[in-house]
Amino acid sequence: MDKEYVGFAALPNQLHRKSVKKGFDFTLMVAGESGLGKSTLINSLFLTNLYEDRQVPEARARLTQTLTIERRGVEIEEGGVKVKLTLVDTPGFGDSVDCSGCWLPVVRFIEEQFEQYLRDESGLNRKNIQDSRVHCCLYFISPFGRGLRPLDVAFLRAVHEKVNIIPVIGKADALMPKETQALKQKIREQLQEEEINIYQFPDCDSDEDEDFKRQDAEMKESIPFAVVGSCEVVRDGGTRPVRGRCYSWGTVEVENPHHCDFLNLRRMLVQTHLQDLKEVTHDLLYEGYRARCLQSLARPGARDRASRSKLSRQSATEIPLPMLPLADTEKLIREKDEELRRMQEMLEKMQAQMQQNQAQGEQSDAL
Amino acid sequence: MSKGLPETRTDAAMSELVPEPRPKPAVPMKPVSINPNLLGYIGIDTIIEQMRKKTMKTGFDFNIMVVGQSGLGKSTLVNTLFKSQVSRKASSWNREEKIPKTVEIKAIGHVIEEGGVKMKLTVIDTPGFGDQINNENCWEPIEKYINEQYEKFLKEEVNIARKKRIPDTRVHCCLYFISPTGHSLRPLDLEFMKHLSKVVNIIPVIAKADTMTLEEKSEFKQRVRKELEVNGIEFYPQKEFDEDLEDKTENDKIRQESMPFAVVGSDKEYQVNGKRVLGRKTPWGIIEVENLNHCEFALLRDFVIRTHLQDLKEVTHNIHYETYRAKRLNDNGGLPPGEGLLGIVLPPVPATPCPTAE
Repeated sequence: MDKEYVGFAALPNQLHRKSVKKGFDFTLMVAGESGLGKSTLINSLFLTNLYEDRQVPEARARLTQTLTIERRGVEIEEGGVKVKLTLVDTPGFGDSVDCSGCWLPVVRFIEEQFEQYLRDESGLNRKNIQDSRVHCCLYFISPFGRGLRPLDVAFLRAVHEKVNIIPVIGKADALMPKETQALKQKIREQLQEEEINIYQFPDCDSDEDEDFKRQDAEMKESIPFAVVGSCEVVRDGGTRPVRGRCYSWGTVEVENPHHCDFLNLRRMLVQTHLQDLKEVTHDLLYEGYRARCLQSLARPGARDRASRSKLSRQSATEIPLPMLPLADTEKLIREKDEELRRMQEMLEKMQAQMQQNQAQGEQSDAL
Repeated sequence: MSKGLPETRTDAAMSELVPEPRPKPAVPMKPVSINPNLLGYIGIDTIIEQMRKKTMKTGFDFNIMVVGQSGLGKSTLVNTLFKSQVSRKASSWNREEKIPKTVEIKAIGHVIEEGGVKMKLTVIDTPGFGDQINNENCWEPIEKYINEQYEKFLKEEVNIARKKRIPDTRVHCCLYFISPTGHSLRPLDLEFMKHLSKVVNIIPVIAKADTMTLEEKSEFKQRVRKELEVNGIEFYPQKEFDEDLEDKTENDKIRQESMPFAVVGSDKEYQVNGKRVLGRKTPWGIIEVENLNHCEFALLRDFVIRTHLQDLKEVTHNIHYETYRAKRLNDNGGLPPGEGLLGIVLPPVPATPCPTAE
């Protein structure tokens, strides 16, 4: 008997058509000290000139500059698919003589986006929620150091559980191949030592062919990606035009896998994992934030284990079910009530403590 | 690049033994009437040979300090400059050393010999500079070290029975390594150079310059020069110490066009066109350290070693050290004789300021 054809195999096509129509939102943050080729790389990745009118202030001005967060938006269309790309830049990071706490505005910014989303999600009208959450952070590491610097470690530790981190070695044409390998190895070791969770590219399905699996494994091995960026087209030894950097001793080709990992980065970031980055941001990082937020409202003073344990894909499902969303004003009233109650509890505790101390003091006096 | 007037330099070569005041700027002398009936060759010009012999016998000291963030290739560059492993660390790239929490000062001495001339070279490293999250005042240990060496020399000089040849540990030259960001100087660079350019000869170099194309290099150098000028930072060779017109033109060219030198260092050799050269081998080409088309290492080497070595020492002795000395003795002059830095009875210091300190 012929199997009857129901027709839901066409579902993926329908989804595809819908998302093409809807377009695609993506927010990418770029961080790292100045002069590591961040802007050039972004321009190379997305073949746009986002940083055309940029003015880099001179050193004296930067003496007292604080970190600012800049947002740039661009709409890119390719093959009928529209992407609304938002770039978040952090000029001033790592510039000053004293960089203590210079990562705090960045952390605050990421959390603000989560807050905004949480508020929108809990609101009445949820039809057109703008997703301004940061889906990915490309962190640039200097090729001139000997691995992660103290500032790198401080920044990564502050944001690793709030945003997907992809570490990148900028201006990688400063390094000889052996040096690149050694630096990558050192960085991987340091990341492990400092228990920093970077974005884990998901394993490919077991039914993929061997070639694909090998390619995938190679790509994962090359993290952190050692990249070189360029928007200039040069002629390599007079043959074909390529994007690269022309030196007196040779030309670095941006898209040559023997020269740098640019292709790998582009493939993994743009071509294959954009959606996964968004999903991880929503399912894991945002949920973690949301759970922490709501739990601190529900059980004041209680330290929830979810926020302290390392987040992994499995633990996402262990986070307790969120409460029913409330209207804004009611929520505010509840928040204030909780705060008052918490403060009262604290006062009572302090009073009890003082009484205890007094009693003990009297006891020891009497002895 | 040879110096035109060796005569004005050789009398200072003897300053190892007796510090001499800086020769006055050359004024065109009235032509001394030359006796047309000179009976024969006198032999005055053999003084150069005599001085050369003396220098070879005694040898000389040279102390060079390197300052910059870790990983900028300081040790490699010094090793390349003096063609030997004179810097503290081993040449392997993968060094396991931890970055120290405060700036340390590590001085290593070596004796290098070439053509019968012995040089006692001391390389002073400053690990930890600029590597922390908070780098406020991280230049202070460096300033302190430099002043301590001046103090040591001063104490020896003021002794009644002083050594024939005072050991010179003063820092003659400080190579400051600028990170090749391609944008401009960093605030820390400015702060360091502002504080120390009055105390020691600073030669700024752009480290790891193989990441910049020719255009980027020249733009960056221009911007750095401008920034230094705007902030009133005088690096070596300082304009105010140019002795005569010849010096000025030569140094002007260096100051306004070549410096800061964009360098690349290496301790590995590769085969290029049948020759063994020091360089870095990348998949897109071999960077030759001593090739002027690739980087300015050769210019830096010639500048520091082949043309201005003696001048670096002179400026350190006649200007920086004298400034320190005048300040110290003036301060001490405020106290009654018998007290103060040395506990010996010093005659009250005259009220007129030391002319060389100006």
